Amino acid sequence: MNAIAPQEYKSDLKPIWCPGCGDYSVLTALAKALAELGRPREEIALVSGIGCSSRLPAYTSVYGFHGVHGRALALATGLKIARPDLTVLAAGGDGDGLSIGGNHFLHACRRNVDMTYLLMDNQVYGMTKGQASPTTAPDWCESKLTPLGPGVSPVMPLHLALASGVNFFARGFSGNPNELARLILEGIRHPGFSVIHVLSPCVTFRPEQRAWKQAVHAETVPPETEPAAALARFAADDGFATGVLFAGTRKAFMPERATRREWRDYEARFAA
Amino acid sequence: MNNMSRIAVCDGNEAAAWGVKLSRPDVVAVYPITPQSSLVEYLSKFIADGELDAELMNVEGEHSVLSALQGACLAGARTYTATSGPGLAFMFEPYVRTPGLRLPMVASLVNRDMLSPQCVWGGQQDVMTVRDTGWIHMFCESAQEVLDTVIMAYRIAEHPEVMLPVNVNHDGNYLSYGVSRVEIPSQSVVDAFLGDKNVNWHAALDPDRPMAVDPLTGGADAEGAARFAAYRQSLCRGMQNALAVITDVHAEWECASGRAFAPLVEEYRLEDAEIALVTIGSMSGAAKDAVDAAREAGIAAGVIRIKTFRPFPVEALARAAGKVRALGVVDRAVSYGWNCGPVCQEVLGALYRTGRAIPVLSFIGGLAGADLTGEHFARAIEATRQALATPPEARTPAPVWLNAREEGMPR
Ligand SMILES: Cc1ncc(C[n+]2csc(CCOP(=O)(O)OP(=O)(O)O)c2C)c(N)n1
Ligand code: SF4
Repeated sequence: MNAIAPQEYKSDLKPIWCPGCGDYSVLTALAKALAELGRPREEIALVSGIGCSSRLPAYTSVYGFHGVHGRALALATGLKIARPDLTVLAAGGDGDGLSIGGNHFLHACRRNVDMTYLLMDNQVYGMTKGQASPTTAPDWCESKLTPLGPGVSPVMPLHLALASGVNFFARGFSGNPNELARLILEGIRHPGFSVIHVLSPCVTFRPEQRAWKQAVHAETVPPETEPAAALARFAADDGFATGVLFAGTRKAFMPERATRREWRDYEARFAA
Repeated sequence: MNNMSRIAVCDGNEAAAWGVKLSRPDVVAVYPITPQSSLVEYLSKFIADGELDAELMNVEGEHSVLSALQGACLAGARTYTATSGPGLAFMFEPYVRTPGLRLPMVASLVNRDMLSPQCVWGGQQDVMTVRDTGWIHMFCESAQEVLDTVIMAYRIAEHPEVMLPVNVNHDGNYLSYGVSRVEIPSQSVVDAFLGDKNVNWHAALDPDRPMAVDPLTGGADAEGAARFAAYRQSLCRGMQNALAVITDVHAEWECASGRAFAPLVEEYRLEDAEIALVTIGSMSGAAKDAVDAAREAGIAAGVIRIKTFRPFPVEALARAAGKVRALGVVDRAVSYGWNCGPVCQEVLGALYRTGRAIPVLSFIGGLAGADLTGEHFARAIEATRQALATPPEARTPAPVWLNAREEGMPR
C-alpha cells in the first residue's frame, strides 16, 4: 500500500474557526492519525453533530456527515452496523455530546460498537456564542446566560464513560497534536467504543483556556484495564492528565446476521 | 408606581424579553439556539439584575425545556421559553402534549428555516410544521408588536374559555436582530392588564384536589373512545373561543397602551383594490411599501396580513378577500405535497366561504433568510394582476419561487 500524506485527508474547504481555536490542531492530529492508519479515504467515515467542533467532517476528505445536534453517536452506530468494514469516527463538542446528546454517550459506552469518538471539550457552547456547558465549572461567570455561574456540578467525561462501560479512554490536548494523533490512532485500533477526550480551547469565549498549555501533564502510569480499578485510581483526577487512561478488554458489539452485506454489494448498487 | 411608558431602541429579541419581563413569569427554561440566544440572554440579565423575579433553568436541550415547563405550569407557575427551527423540532414530543393538557404557556418562536440542507437563517418552515398541534399562533410584523403580543398572549392563554398554549412568532434575523423604536409600557399598566394568574381552572397540582394528570384515556371500547373524542372536541372549542378572546384582548390592550393592532387579519389599502397580497410576519412591511408604490402608479393593490394563524381567522380572511378579485399569497415556507405555500393552501380553504373562486397565486420566498424586497412584492403584484386577465384553464397551479434562479426573477 502506498503511503498517503496527512494532507490528503483534508478537504479543500478552509476552516472558518476563529484564529487560534484548538479545533485546527484536532484536524491536524486527525489527518496525521488517518495517514498513519493508512486506509484509503473511502474506507473511513466521520460523523458529527452541531457546533463549531462538529464542522470537522467538512474539512476532511473522508466520508462525512453533519448530523442533528447531539445525535452523532447514534448516527455513527447505524453507519457502523450497516458497514462494519468502515473505520467509523464521530466528533463533536461537550455540548453536543454531553448536554443535548448526553444519553447517547452512555449507550455508546455500554453498547461498545467498534468506533472512535473525538469529544472536543472546550467547556462552553462556542457556536451559540459562549454559554455554559455540562463540563463548565460551577463558578464560571462570563456567560450572559449564567452571569452568576451555572452553579451546578460539572460532568466528568472520564468517570461517566468508565461507569457506563467504555472500552478505551484517552485524553489529549490540541496543543500537543503529535501526542493527540497517536492517541486517536490507538483508539481506532482498540476494539469496541473508544473515547478520545480532547481538551480543545475556545479562545474566543474562554480565552483563559490558553493556560491549559501549562496545566496538562502526561500520565506516566500504564492504562488501567479494569473499570473499578480505573475509577478508584482516577477518583481525584484533575482533568488534565493526558495519555491512554483506560484500555479495557470487552469484545466489540456487532449484531449477528446470517448473511452480511459486503461493502462491494453497496458499491454495486451505486454503480447500477 | 408610575404609569409612564418609556421609549427604547432595540431589536425584536430584546423587545420580546421586555414583554416577558413585564408579564412576570415565575419560571423560564432555556436551551440556546440561533437566532433565539440573545433573547434569553436579555431575560437572564433582567433576572441577574434583580429586575425580574423568576427562576431561570438552563437545561440540557429543548425536550427538557418544555418538559420542565410542563412541570412548572402544572404547579401553577406562569412560564416562558423561546426557541427556533431545530430546537422546536427537538421539543416536539412535549410540545404536542401541551395543548391537550390545556397548559396556558407562552413561548416565542424566533422563526428559522428547517434542515436539510443545513441552514441557520430565518424562514417559517419551523412553525408551519407544527400548525396543527393545537397551539395558538400569532405572527408579528414589528418589534413593538412582538413586545405587545407577548403580553397579550398571557391573557389569551390563561383565559378560562381558551386554556391553550400560545406561540408568539417573530421572524429570525430580520425581526430578531433588526433594531427599531419601541415603546415599553410601565409595569403598573401591564400588571393591571394581566392580573394574577388564575390556576383554578386547569389541570394543576392543587392541594385541595390531588390528581394524577393525563392517565391513559381512550381504548377499544366505545366509552373510552368517546371520552377521548370529548377531549379533542373541547380543545377545538378552546381554539374557536380564542378568536373572540384574541379580538377582545387586543381591544383592551389598545385601551391600556394606546396601541392598536389588528387581532386576526389586518386589511391594508383594500378600498377599491383589485388585487391583494396576503402576507404573514415581518415581510408585511416591504409588501405595504410595494403596495404604496403600486398605488402611486395607479394600480389598485392592497395587503391582507395574517396576524392570527391558529385559530385560522376564516371569517375575517373571507371578509377581506371578498373585497378583491385576485390574491397573491406570499409564504416563507413550503407545503410539500400541495406544491404551494402553506398559507396559500389555507387561504384557499377560507375563500370557499366567499363562494367566489377568484384566482390565487402562491409565491414562495424568503427561505433560508433570503431578503424579500419591494421588488419581489412588485413582481408578485404584477403577476397577480396578470392572473386576472388569464382564463382559468391557462393558469398554472405551480408556485412562483421568488428567490430562486428563475428567468426574469431577481436572484
Ligand atoms: C436542537 C438544537 N438545539 C440547539 C441548537 C443550537 N446549538 C448549536 S451548536 C450548540 C452547542 C455547541 O456547543 P458544543 O457542542 O460544545 O460545540 P462547540 O461549538 O463549543 O464546538 C447549540 C446549543 C441546535 N443546533 N439544535
Ligand atoms: S467560538 Fe470558540 S470553539 Fe468556536 S471557532 Fe471560535 S474559538 Fe473555536
